[in-house]
Amino acid sequence: MTDLLELAGVSRVYASRRGLIGRAVAVRAVDDVSLRLAAGRTLGIVGESGCGKSTTGRLALGLERPDQGIVRFEGEPMPAPGSPVWRRLRARMQLVYQDPLGAMDRRLTIATQIEEPLVIHDIGNAAERRDRVAALLRDVGLRPDHAARHPHELSGGQRQRAVLARALATDPALLVCDEPVSALDVSIQAQVVNMLTDLQQARGIAMLFISHDLKVVRQVSHEVAVMYLGRTVEQGDPEAIFADPVHPYSRALVSAIPVPGARRRERIVLTGDPPNPADRPKGCAFHPRCPVAVAACRVETPALQTLPDGREVACHLAPGTIRKAA
Amino acid sequence: MEGGSVLRHGLPGEQLLPLTSADAVSMADTLVSIRDLRVAFGGVPALRGVDLDVRRGEAVGLVGESGCGKSVTWLAALGLLPAKAAVAGQVLLDGQDLLGASPATLDRIRGGRIAMIFQDPASALNPVHRVGRQVEEALRLHRGMAGPAARAEARRLFDLVGIPDAGRRLDTYPHEMSGGQNQRVMIAMALAGQPELLVADEPTTALDATIQAQILDLLRRLQAETGMALVLISHDLGVVADMCSRVGVMYAGRVVEQAPAGALFTHPAHPYTVGLLGALPDMVGPRRRLSAIPGGVPEPWNLPPGCAFAPRCDHASPACAAAVPALQPAGDRHLAACIRVNARAPEPA
Repeated sequence: MTDLLELAGVSRVYASRRGLIGRAVAVRAVDDVSLRLAAGRTLGIVGESGCGKSTTGRLALGLERPDQGIVRFEGEPMPAPGSPVWRRLRARMQLVYQDPLGAMDRRLTIATQIEEPLVIHDIGNAAERRDRVAALLRDVGLRPDHAARHPHELSGGQRQRAVLARALATDPALLVCDEPVSALDVSIQAQVVNMLTDLQQARGIAMLFISHDLKVVRQVSHEVAVMYLGRTVEQGDPEAIFADPVHPYSRALVSAIPVPGARRRERIVLTGDPPNPADRPKGCAFHPRCPVAVAACRVETPALQTLPDGREVACHLAPGTIRKAA
Repeated sequence: MEGGSVLRHGLPGEQLLPLTSADAVSMADTLVSIRDLRVAFGGVPALRGVDLDVRRGEAVGLVGESGCGKSVTWLAALGLLPAKAAVAGQVLLDGQDLLGASPATLDRIRGGRIAMIFQDPASALNPVHRVGRQVEEALRLHRGMAGPAARAEARRLFDLVGIPDAGRRLDTYPHEMSGGQNQRVMIAMALAGQPELLVADEPTTALDATIQAQILDLLRRLQAETGMALVLISHDLGVVADMCSRVGVMYAGRVVEQAPAGALFTHPAHPYTVGLLGALPDMVGPRRRLSAIPGGVPEPWNLPPGCAFAPRCDHASPACAAAVPALQPAGDRHLAACIRVNARAPEPA
């Protein structure tokens, strides 16, 4: 089976200037990341601010071009952003992000905004578009009377539903969701998460689900990648990774999530902040905060290795690779 | 106000306790007592009668979704709401009503006996002053310290809140520090007045998970070391479960359930609390479809009659619309504002 989306050894480097007269520094926002996503599946990407998860999403949509590596959509290399081929392809892949109010035009009605992608991609005549907008509103759980409203007249949850309806208008094969429920209250978040999984089942959409919220990612993902400072440190089955994380960073991240009702697990509290991506530590980027780092970690960047249970881990000390560190 | 002696703030143990009530024991135990607190903005109710006690040294969690009034409760209690807010009720600090207190009295209490920290430390700090100077200012205002003594104390506080290289960090500006470090500065500043109560309003919401774990750890340690009480306002049930011994759940301007943390999360009595817990994805065990609460929070200017949660409640009956349900016993130190609680056998005490 060909993957719908494939990122092969993808890197993205930004030039960042410190201060007004500072020298430009190369920041590797994404560093040698490889991901595959099959049709109808969800790949969750978790990690903290600055780990490169959002840049990965933009690379996946072809909004940015990688400096190294290649992005393939349906087996074909991603065309250059802005090119006519890419514009046509954009109907097949859509983006939903955290702030629905920022994603919408405040002066246009909900119906006009949901119809817009159909107009841009020249799908259907006026009557067909009207029917399609009505069907989309229904699919995302909005009422027909929401069509004539403006974004500020809707609640946060309703706005995110409207943004989703717009993203679904062209019947995309891929949805990149960047923190889609992070701004919503718990009870509304559950409604939108349920809707996303229902829509995926009904339409067979693949989702790249980017979030800092491990609980939500576990809920929606078939596979999950944990990122730290631009690199994937652990990737595989969400059940395995959240129940028994192997990489010391995944372990700390999972243990940092407080869960009501559960007995408090032993919490791994990391010291320090994540380093500045412009000032990446040598060797394993996690070693300055890692409670189990050994000498090799300061020198050699660990590559992803496959463990017996199928997951991939980039750690010198992961079981099965332990001899290397000794 | 009778101010001076009551408000004199020293080390724990030399506290003056103005015991006016005959019930001296429980008075001494209760630090802040909020009674029937009501707030309205332009006639629109934001708080509709909140009752809440905070005992000395305890950690109380306040949870609920946007607009439920969890932040407004404490902003009102400390006189931090804009003048257009109509505030009624009582907020007793050791028996002294803060709602009628003079601005001068409130100035001494805020940052002194009661300190507050917020979600976004970067906007709570002054961007054009070095962080050390900002902590020293708090020390001057609340403890009359100045010069080298204030500098030394600021440095001690930086050490206490775990800012590495404290001496040098005093001279940095907020923008030179990370979000986690700025929150530590805010906590250091809050500790400058040696508060008996720290109100932390979503203190870790803007922080990454591993930094959140650091700050929660710090708050827990400081609470144990200083014996101060903590009110933790959060939308995150996990954070509150982790930190607090007692939890209040708020909905549409009222406390709808109040219980010891263990009981609340294992035997929630109010349908809204049950709904919140069901809407939360699990970290372990089989994945299940989330049981979302249908609908949305009612607009404050368009509240349903009786129980505000009834339109979203699976168990609602016509009786729910008759009157706003009062908090009633639902177990040992467990209160819930639901008419069905009466019908249930209370859990064994």
